[in-house]
Amino acid sequence: MAEGDPARPKHRASAPAAALLASAFVVSTCGLIYELLASTLASYLLGDSVTQFSTVIGTYLFAMGLGSWCSRYVTRDELRLFIRVELLIAVLGGASAAALFALFPLVEHFRVALYGLVLGIGFLVGLEIPLLIRILRGFDFRETVSNVLTFDYVGALVASLLFPLLLMPHLGMIRTGFLFGILNAGVALAVLLALPRASRYRSETVSAVLVLLALAAGFAASDRLQRWAEVASYGEPVIYAVSTKYQRIVLTRREDDLRLYLNGNLQFSSRDEYRYHEALVQPVLGRVANPRNVLIFGGGDGLAAREVLRHPEVRHLTLVDLDDEMTGLFSKTAMLTALNKGALTDPRITVINADGFRWAREAAATRAGSFDAIIVDFPDPVDYSVGKLYTETFYRAARRLMAPAGAMVVQSTSPLIAPMAYWTVATTLEAAGLQTRGYHVYVPSFGEWGFMLAAARPIPEQARIPAGGRFLTPAGDRALFDFPPDMARRPTPVNRLDNQVLVREFADAWSRYEG
Amino acid sequence: MKADRRTVLGLGAGAVAVTGAGLAAALDRGEPLPPGGLGGADLARGHRLRDGGFPAPSRFEEVDLVIAGGGIAGLSAGWRLQDAGFTRFRLLELEDQVGGNARGGRNAVSAYPLGAHYLPVPNREAKAVRHLLRQLGILTGERDGVPVYDPEQLCADLQERLLWQGRWQEGLVPRTGLSAQDRADLAAFERAMAAYSTRIGSDGKPAFAVPMAYSSRDADLVTLDRLDFASWLDQQGWRSPVLRAHVRYAMRDDYGTEPHEVSAWAGVHYFAGRRGWTVDGAGDNELTWPEGNARLARGLAGFFPDRIAAGHIVHHVAQEGAAVLVDSFDVAAQVTVRTRARAAILAMPQFLARRVCPSVGAAEAFSYAPWLVANVTVDRLPGGRGVPLAWDNVSSTSNALGYVVATHQAPDAFPRSTVLTWYLPLSDMPPAVARRLLLERSADEWKAIVRDDLLAMHPELADAIRGIELWRWGHAMIRPTPGFLARGAAVRPQPPLFLAHSDLSGLSLFEEAHYQGVLAAEAAMAFLQHRHVSLL
Repeated sequence: MAEGDPARPKHRASAPAAALLASAFVVSTCGLIYELLASTLASYLLGDSVTQFSTVIGTYLFAMGLGSWCSRYVTRDELRLFIRVELLIAVLGGASAAALFALFPLVEHFRVALYGLVLGIGFLVGLEIPLLIRILRGFDFRETVSNVLTFDYVGALVASLLFPLLLMPHLGMIRTGFLFGILNAGVALAVLLALPRASRYRSETVSAVLVLLALAAGFAASDRLQRWAEVASYGEPVIYAVSTKYQRIVLTRREDDLRLYLNGNLQFSSRDEYRYHEALVQPVLGRVANPRNVLIFGGGDGLAAREVLRHPEVRHLTLVDLDDEMTGLFSKTAMLTALNKGALTDPRITVINADGFRWAREAAATRAGSFDAIIVDFPDPVDYSVGKLYTETFYRAARRLMAPAGAMVVQSTSPLIAPMAYWTVATTLEAAGLQTRGYHVYVPSFGEWGFMLAAARPIPEQARIPAGGRFLTPAGDRALFDFPPDMARRPTPVNRLDNQVLVREFADAWSRYEG
Repeated sequence: MKADRRTVLGLGAGAVAVTGAGLAAALDRGEPLPPGGLGGADLARGHRLRDGGFPAPSRFEEVDLVIAGGGIAGLSAGWRLQDAGFTRFRLLELEDQVGGNARGGRNAVSAYPLGAHYLPVPNREAKAVRHLLRQLGILTGERDGVPVYDPEQLCADLQERLLWQGRWQEGLVPRTGLSAQDRADLAAFERAMAAYSTRIGSDGKPAFAVPMAYSSRDADLVTLDRLDFASWLDQQGWRSPVLRAHVRYAMRDDYGTEPHEVSAWAGVHYFAGRRGWTVDGAGDNELTWPEGNARLARGLAGFFPDRIAAGHIVHHVAQEGAAVLVDSFDVAAQVTVRTRARAAILAMPQFLARRVCPSVGAAEAFSYAPWLVANVTVDRLPGGRGVPLAWDNVSSTSNALGYVVATHQAPDAFPRSTVLTWYLPLSDMPPAVARRLLLERSADEWKAIVRDDLLAMHPELADAIRGIELWRWGHAMIRPTPGFLARGAAVRPQPPLFLAHSDLSGLSLFEEAHYQGVLAAEAAMAFLQHRHVSLL
């Protein structure tokens, strides 16, 4: 402990020393910001914020300890190593949020990447403080330790206040990461420039400039990165995410707005889903004389089922959804069963987890004519797998399942954004021998959305709409059937297994709409 | 890894450039190969037929007509007889299973084809095939007089994709990154083929028809048969490498033969012969099933199951007065059965017909392409950049013809494992040499070739291959070499003997085998004075 000997002559703080102390402050601020970023990001992507925060912070502190311990093996040229470590932290920490978002959908074991990064950053930050103390050993030891640690802890306070109040709301995670990476690298550069013999550190100076430029570029491109890293595009905090055998289920919540995304596509927002689901279910049930037996394809969230079960005359509801994890989630989770009013565990419902196409084909033979109303609520036809569920072949099977006086409704994409796709559903149902009537509704989180009624007989003008809904009334029902010219019917082909025109039209329409 | 390198390299030099190239490396890599067997025509039975030594007849039977051979031609002949109410016949098949090249297999994941795997939507002129498809429920009805096919048996979208310059694109003709010459030649070629396709000859027949017997005999068309297809393309000045690669793919796909060995008539027929006749403009499509054309073979056999005797090696056919004596070796009972009949249809390739009945045919003029087919079971579906997985998936950089997906027609929206049927015609060496290579290369060597070719297209399948079942076809297809148009007619025997095989048409297509089977059955019924209305 010779360097800490109080008997050693005291040097006055010089410019490089001041820069180094300032960097202690910045380094600790940045370190804590990276740690908060990793924790927030983990709770955002993996859910369960208590677990994420404690494990990330624990890992981070442990890694710092590891770094401090390893600092003893540094025997010479502490300053050069300090600069290098600082640049490395700038790169790792600065790009951490962007990298984690980008990796999330790509890697199978996301936690490995997450904790690896946290360990790395923690290790480097842990290495830095002892190095700094040793670099400043020429000064009064008592004062040096006090100074370094003070700046360190004050930096932590600044970071923990800045992060929730300013950075997250205004910059978002990816940009915050890059901003602090820039600060990190900037301080390293400032130290280099303040050093008396700067020429000895030419390669470090060049690296610092390059790192600064790269991070600045990342900062400038944050918006694009955000869009590219698909998961980051959820506008709200993720509270649950799981990859099932069939799809990725993500739930988000901001205040009272609970949202479900399947493979990144919004399925509902709890603020306005009643508009969608009342419009999906009530027009068809209201046009069937006595809907005792009802069938739902899709609708694993139980929200359409909730609307069906409002009808006391419904004796039995069959729900066919591919994904057991989806129906399980919406039968057990309190927050979700509050939304679907426990529809999936109602005594009148039978939930079948099966492929809709296969089930319909097999049931068409055994349960022909047994359903008074059929509600077809599949995801949009984004690929050939889902496109099968919108073909003439599927509608023929569905028609066989339908009672002679029954009716069917099909979720049919947006007649405003994808009018060709929307009216293709009508043409296809008609090719399967059904009469159709289209209608549409405005759902704020979706925009203008369309449905198609289909039946083997003329479809009544009037519907009995049950009281107690939040959106649909008998008069409101009639108004849904009016199509302004921009959504009016146009000639379209039939969607068949061998041509899948709907998938092509739908993709064209959305790529035009989104540019 | 027991690889007899000398055999491989000795045979492989030059001729098997692509298939042999990565082989030694693949074997040396020492990665364990997936499990799976090696199948093919029963060699022991085939060789026994060649070498003779069957016991003298010890069982005697009588029937009006014998069909010797249960491939598509023989089955079609039986179907035609049954349909016309002629039931006094018997079909003898060498293998334990009928179907010939249209046989299929099955494992825990899916049924799959072993050879032929689709039937294009039939042309207007293919009346007999349509009659069959109606009976099998594949053709479901008519709309405004036009045939309607079962949508679940028409190949589902996406039908075809090509790995071209690192991306999968829809269709098999490259559309991007083309030079001006490529574009010009492709367009000129497509225009010329479209003109041939719509042309009606001076005899009122389509220039190119399926079955080919309905084609026009206009002199300028028939003359095409004197020339090979590559030379014909040269004459037109179409030298774009992209066009020529596509033509090569097509000739190997349908004929197992290189363009410079294919008759120009057959070459044009491939591109101008198909005018699938159905509603909704869906004629440019195929009918296909997980097990491929085994579905059709089973359908045909289902009309007369009691008259089929499998495991019967027909080894001698001779005339005795007005009768035909058909000697067959019953593999199960180990005895030779002599069947006395009033007529016989030899529904087998000409080299076999010649062997069992030396008075028939001129087998030398017929040559056959050998193929290797592999059924690869994978844990997950192949992906790739560009358009999603199609039914038929072809790589522009591979010497193999790519693969079809057995579960493509399955109703499930999300199948997880599947069987990929991978095809390789051994066309780049003389058929006899290729056949020897086919037999001498070990199962492990072939598996390594199949695996490496598949992984070159799909690195993401590296740990997903669960098994590779190989199937060797020594004589998979008749090769339509120049002069083939006159060849089939030259070998027609006199009643009471009749021939039925697609090699008489010279094109190895279901429609041709079916046509030849129906033709022989109707000729035999006419000879035996059984009244019927021709389907042809």
